[in-house]
Amino acid sequence: MIKRFLIARETLLLGVILVLIALVASRFPGFVAAGNLVNVFNDTAPLIILALGQMVVIVTRCIDLSVAGNLALTGMAVAMLNSVAPGLPIPIILTISIVLGAGMGLMNGLLVWKLEIPPIVVTLGTMTIFRGVIFLISDGKWVNAHEMSASFTGFPRAEIMGLPVMSWIAIGVSLLFLLLITRTSLGRAFFAVGGNPHAAVYTGINVGKTQCAAFVISGALAGLVGYLWVARYAVAYVDIAGGFELEVVAACVIGGISIAGGLGSVGGAVLGALFLGVVKNALPVVHISPFWQLAISGAAIVIAVTFNARSNRSSGRVILKPVRPNS
Amino acid sequence: MNLKTRSLPDRLNSSRSQVFKNWETLLFAVAVSIFVVNSFASPYFLDAWGLSDATFNFTEKAMIAFAMALLIITGEIDLSVASIIALASTAMGAGLQLGLGTPELVFIGLVVGLLCGAFNAVLVTVLGLPSIVVTIGTMSLFRGISYIVLGDQAYRGYPPDFAFFGQGYVFWVFSFELVLFAVLALIYGILLHKTNFGRSIYAIGNNPTGALFSGIRVQRVKFILFLLTGLMSGVAAICLTSRLGSTRPSIGAGMELEVITMVVLGGVNILGGSGTILGVVLAAFVMGLVTFGFGLLNVPGIVMSIFIGLLLIGVIALPRLWKIFLNKG
Repeated sequence: MIKRFLIARETLLLGVILVLIALVASRFPGFVAAGNLVNVFNDTAPLIILALGQMVVIVTRCIDLSVAGNLALTGMAVAMLNSVAPGLPIPIILTISIVLGAGMGLMNGLLVWKLEIPPIVVTLGTMTIFRGVIFLISDGKWVNAHEMSASFTGFPRAEIMGLPVMSWIAIGVSLLFLLLITRTSLGRAFFAVGGNPHAAVYTGINVGKTQCAAFVISGALAGLVGYLWVARYAVAYVDIAGGFELEVVAACVIGGISIAGGLGSVGGAVLGALFLGVVKNALPVVHISPFWQLAISGAAIVIAVTFNARSNRSSGRVILKPVRPNS
Repeated sequence: MNLKTRSLPDRLNSSRSQVFKNWETLLFAVAVSIFVVNSFASPYFLDAWGLSDATFNFTEKAMIAFAMALLIITGEIDLSVASIIALASTAMGAGLQLGLGTPELVFIGLVVGLLCGAFNAVLVTVLGLPSIVVTIGTMSLFRGISYIVLGDQAYRGYPPDFAFFGQGYVFWVFSFELVLFAVLALIYGILLHKTNFGRSIYAIGNNPTGALFSGIRVQRVKFILFLLTGLMSGVAAICLTSRLGSTRPSIGAGMELEVITMVVLGGVNILGGSGTILGVVLAAFVMGLVTFGFGLLNVPGIVMSIFIGLLLIGVIALPRLWKIFLNKG
């Protein structure tokens, strides 16, 4: 029954996106040309990847506002590494960026797990710390395209079967998440922790550890996107992806992931990100100033969360006395 | 957000809590030592006018922090305050283009702040939505409207008498902002610690259901607090706009973080239920002195933001680490 409702919500969102595309296409047919749709998808790929990572964090009743800072710091680190050692092969760069990102995620996770600091405080803090560290390591300087090697910048743009690698990675990560959520015990644990932490403790799940795992996943993906972002735009500086964390949270909220935890789906996160991506790419086509983007995503969050509230589950009866979940 | 379980101590003032019994004492000691260290570190620190200038680092943020502290004590949060500043400032700029004078501009700033606060309040208290998502949304929405109106432009040319709010001095080195800060601190201190309204704020933060059953109109109190936070953001918008003399859509960007850091540093529990205005006042001085001291030592602003981030986490982490350490030892 709940599942049927979830399906209905995602189909609704998919319908909204299709209507939006159709509306734009009715005035500007070029928007639905295959090449342009590929561009729109590729443009949205980083948002999709980050929204998936954010999804598991939000499902466990946390929030990760440090993803954009993490992305920028990892991006700057690998860009500087590349300018120093241009011969480094791409697989190694990818590994470094994922490990770096995961390390920063672990930092958030440990603060939430071991010290029980509220996630919003932790990630608000690390968000600024990461940005500051970028300034420290780069001395405020930019890493420009001519300082990066051709293979470094070429990787996310290389095309396989007409689709850039960046898009393939987004598709791959989505499929991995589908497996993680539906086929693994960790995936179940995320929902158990978010749905009812007390009950989760009684079923033998370590709440703090599960939340920490969610932060590590979100951090690792932020690191991965950090490399892809810097390579795709061929520039790294302190403020790249500034404010992107809000867009990521927006994608999740629009995708029907409940901030109260325990509710959400891979499809929702992907569609939420696609919705924002389509809006962003449609604005210049229909000659609306890009300055509208911020207000539109803000309005979309407010509208989406109002919609989501309609589906709030009624809380069950308390049978067992609450325990401290992290002990 | 986090789990809503709260364990109340069996008896207050146990010997263990004695160490951190008084957060305010600790903060005061920190403020004094920063003051002493700074006056040794830089010969330019101990100067009445310099110190008076330094207060501008925190007065506007602290005005919002007072209202935010009450909001956080009830267990809610408002991340949209900096965006309210942007929208209020943009509205004042638009009023300026219509040729309005200073009183009208101030009126516009306050009303826009109140309206933004009311918008948040309706979403949170009437529709029952979580304040963190609502205000993340309105944070984009309010600043987004400023961007729509202004784009890459700016409003300039505020009337000379408008400059008083951000640049004027009431008496000797005491600026208008500093005096306003002191007056507001007094008002909020009385409101929180000496009135029924203040008691109900603590009650809501400790146990919303219990508060409801003891006859407190929980949603109404929260509604008022969101309004107050909006109003304070409007006041801060007037001061900041007056001090800068211009309005850009990026005005006050990232200020919400510093306001929340100030509140948390002041000893307010981010999960609600406890905190004092005196703590927030002391935290404002600590942050202001640190920023001023670093500035005199030529530390770039972004490095200071690392420090503020560390402060935010450290302030909460250290007592907990201390507790873990004591439990093991």
